[in-house]
Amino acid sequence: MNYTIIHNNQTIDIATIPQLEYDVFFDLNSNFILDHSERHCVNYFGYKVENDIKLICCIADDDTHEIFVSSCLVNNTNDYHSFSAKLLCFEKFEREIHENFGIKYLNHPWLKPVRYAFNRFDKTKTIANYPFFSIDSEELHEVGVGPIHAGIIEPGHFRFICNGEQILHLEIQLGYQHRGIEDLFLKKKKLLQRSTLAENIAGDTTVGHTTAFANITESLCGFQKPREIEFGRTIALELERIAVHTGDLSGICTDIAYQLGSSVFGRLRTPIINFLQEWCGNRLGKGLIRPGVNQFPFTPELAKRIIEILDSFEHDFVEMNKELFKLPSALSRFERTGVVSKEDILNIGAVGMVARMNYLNRDIRVSHPNSIYSELNHEPIIKHHGDVYSRVQIRRQEVIQSIKHIRKLVENVPEISKEKVGLGKPKTNSFTISLVEGWRGEICHCAITDSNGELVIYKIKDPSFHNWLALALAVRNNEISDFPINNKSFNLSYCGHDL
Amino acid sequence: MLSFILIIIAGLFFSGIISRTKSIASGRKGPGIFQPLKDVVRLFKKGAIYSETTSFIFQIAPTIYFASIIMAMLIVPFGQSKGIISFNGDFVFFAYVLALGKFFNIISAMDTGSSFEGMGASREALYSMLAEPAFFILMGSFSLLTGHTSFQEIFAALHLGSTISYALATLATFVLVMVAMIENSRMPIDDPKTHLELTMIHEVMILDNSGFDLGLILTAGYLKFAVYGALIVNLFIGIVGYQYSIPLFFAIQFSMAVTIGLVESFMARFRMNHNAQFILVLSSVSFLIFFVVMLILGKFI
Repeated sequence: MNYTIIHNNQTIDIATIPQLEYDVFFDLNSNFILDHSERHCVNYFGYKVENDIKLICCIADDDTHEIFVSSCLVNNTNDYHSFSAKLLCFEKFEREIHENFGIKYLNHPWLKPVRYAFNRFDKTKTIANYPFFSIDSEELHEVGVGPIHAGIIEPGHFRFICNGEQILHLEIQLGYQHRGIEDLFLKKKKLLQRSTLAENIAGDTTVGHTTAFANITESLCGFQKPREIEFGRTIALELERIAVHTGDLSGICTDIAYQLGSSVFGRLRTPIINFLQEWCGNRLGKGLIRPGVNQFPFTPELAKRIIEILDSFEHDFVEMNKELFKLPSALSRFERTGVVSKEDILNIGAVGMVARMNYLNRDIRVSHPNSIYSELNHEPIIKHHGDVYSRVQIRRQEVIQSIKHIRKLVENVPEISKEKVGLGKPKTNSFTISLVEGWRGEICHCAITDSNGELVIYKIKDPSFHNWLALALAVRNNEISDFPINNKSFNLSYCGHDL
Repeated sequence: MLSFILIIIAGLFFSGIISRTKSIASGRKGPGIFQPLKDVVRLFKKGAIYSETTSFIFQIAPTIYFASIIMAMLIVPFGQSKGIISFNGDFVFFAYVLALGKFFNIISAMDTGSSFEGMGASREALYSMLAEPAFFILMGSFSLLTGHTSFQEIFAALHLGSTISYALATLATFVLVMVAMIENSRMPIDDPKTHLELTMIHEVMILDNSGFDLGLILTAGYLKFAVYGALIVNLFIGIVGYQYSIPLFFAIQFSMAVTIGLVESFMARFRMNHNAQFILVLSSVSFLIFFVVMLILGKFI
C-alpha cells in the first residue's frame, strides 16, 4: 500500500508515511478524489528536508472516517505536472507550495502568489506587481475595492470586471497581513506562547483554532484527555457557533438595510459572548482552552446559567427569524442571489457551510468527530440552492441545532477530577493531524516533529482557504450592488487565509 | 416668503426626526434630534480637501447644488401666499432647477475619476430620469384640471373643486412622497446608512467631498426633503387660514418624516434591478391621476 490511513487526532511515526515518486503520488491522490464526492483534500503542504522539499498530502474520506496520507520528495530543479490542471481543489495549495519553495509546475492554470510570506522563494514578486486578470474592452469596466475598506474590516483587494451593473468576473487578492504565524509557531517554544498564537490565527474562530492546536499537542504528547476537557471544548465550540452565526445574521440584515433584524440579532449575540466571559473571563473565549489542562471547568452553576440564557435567547431568536423570513423585501434580496452550483462546490473542494449550502454533506462533527461529537448524533444541515437564502437558512438552523446540543450536553456535567496529569514530552519524528469543525467549516492543523520532539513544521489551514474561490464564483452574473450581501453571507476570514 | 421660512425651519428638524424614529423603532437610545444639524455645523467649520485629479467642476458643484435647492425653495408657494418667484409654468422651472443641481452633482462625481463614483452617478442619473415623468404627469394633470400653470394658482384652484380633488391630492401625496424618497436617495431605493461603496447611490457620489462642501450637500439634502413636504402640504391647505395652515404644515412634515423613518426601520432595501420597475410604477399612479382628470373634464366618454 502506498499510503497510510490515520484517523483524526492520531499521531504516527513520520517514517510510516510512504514516500512515493511524483508520478505515483500524482495518480494516487488524483484518483482518490476523482469521482468521489465524499473525499476531499484537507491539507497539502511542503516542508524542507535538507535540499529537497517533502510534500505531504492528506485526503479525508467522510464515509469511512479515514484520512489517507502520502508523501513525495521534490526539488525545484525539475518541472512537475500540476494537480490543479485536473482537480481545481488543489489550486491554492499548489500556489502556496510554488510561492514558498519555487517548485515549478508545468500546467497550473492560475499560478499566482497567495500570501507573500516574508520567507517566500521569489522575493521579486510583490503585491505591487500582482498579475491581475484584466480585460481590453471599451464596454466593460473594472472596479477595484480595497485593500483599505470603508469600515473596520481586514485588508483584501477585490477586483471586479463589470458590464454595467453586472459582474462578469471577480478576482480576490489577499496577502496583506504578513504575520508569519506558522513560523512563529516554530520560533516560540513555550506552550503558553503557542496557545496564544493559536488563539489569534483568526480572531473570530478563537475556540475552533485553539481546540485544533490543543488536540494536536495532546495527541503528540500522548495525553489522554479526561471527559471534562472534551466536554468544555464541545460546549465552547457550539457557543462560538451560536454567537458568530447570530452576529452574521445581524450583518446580513445590515447589508440589505433591514434595520430591525440588524439591531435585534446584534443584541442577541451579546448574552452568548457575555456568557463566555462569565465562564473564562474573555468574550471571545481566549484563555479558555489550553493543551492538557482544564483551566476553567464547566460547573453545574454555569450549566444552570447557560440554560437560563439560552431560554431567553431562543425565544427572541425564533421570533426575529419568523419576522425576517416572511419579509418580502428581505426574501427578494436573498433568493437566487449568489448561486454556486454543486459542480463548482465539488470542484473547488469547498468545506463547511459553503459545502452544505448545496447538497454536499461535509461536516467534521459527523465525518471525523473530535471531542464528544460522536455522542451527540449530530445531523448536518444541508440546503439545496447554493444561494444567499441557503446560507442564511443554514445559520438560522445551525443556531437552533447548537442550542439543542448544548441543552443535551449540560444534562450531564462531568465531575471535575482533582488529580493533575502532566502533558508529557512530545513524541519524536511524528506526524499529527487534527480536524475541527469550527463555525465556518473544517479547520485542519498538521504538525511534524524532529528527533528531539521539536516542531519542524506547523501547518494551519482555515476553511476560508478553500472557500474564498466560492465567493468569487458566487458573484458572477450578479449585480455589483449584491456583492456586500454575498460577501457577508460567506463571511470568510482574511487573516485565516493570510496567516 | 412665508414658505421659504417655513421650509427652512422644517428642514432643520426633518433628518433628526427620521433618525430619531429609526432609533426608537429599533429600541436604541440613538442620537438626539439636533444631531444632523450639529454635524453640519461641524462640517461648516472645516476646510475642504480636493483630490489632485479633480478640476474646478468638483469645486463648484456643491455650491451650485445648494443654490439650486434654494432656488427651488423660492418657487414653492404657501396656501394663498405666492412663492418669492412665481410665474406661469414655474413648476417646470422648479423641476429643472433641481435637475441642474443634480446634473452638477453627477458630473462632479464623474470628475473624481473614481470607479465607485461613476457607478453612483450612473445610478442617480437613471433613477432621476425614471422619476421625472411621474412628477410631470402629476403636475401636468393638475394644471389641466385647474387651467393654471403656476404652482400657487394650481394649488389655490385645486381646493375650489369637489371632494374628488382631495382624493386626487391623496394619490398625489403618495407620488410626491415617493419622488422625494428617490430624489433624496432614501429607502427603499437607496440606503443612506449602508456605508458600502458598491450598494450606495447618492452617498457614493459624495465620497470625495469633505468639510464645507459636504456640509453644503447635506444641508441641501435636508432642505430638499422639506421642499417636497411643502408641496404635499400645499395640496391640502389651499384656502385655509394661516392659524390652521401653519400648524398643519408642521404636522404634515412631521408625519412624513416619521413615515420615512418607519419605512426605513421595517423594510429591506430593494434589489437594484427592481428599483427601475418600482419607479415606473409611480408614473403609472400619475397616469391614474391624469385619467381621473380627463374624466372630470369630460374628455373621455
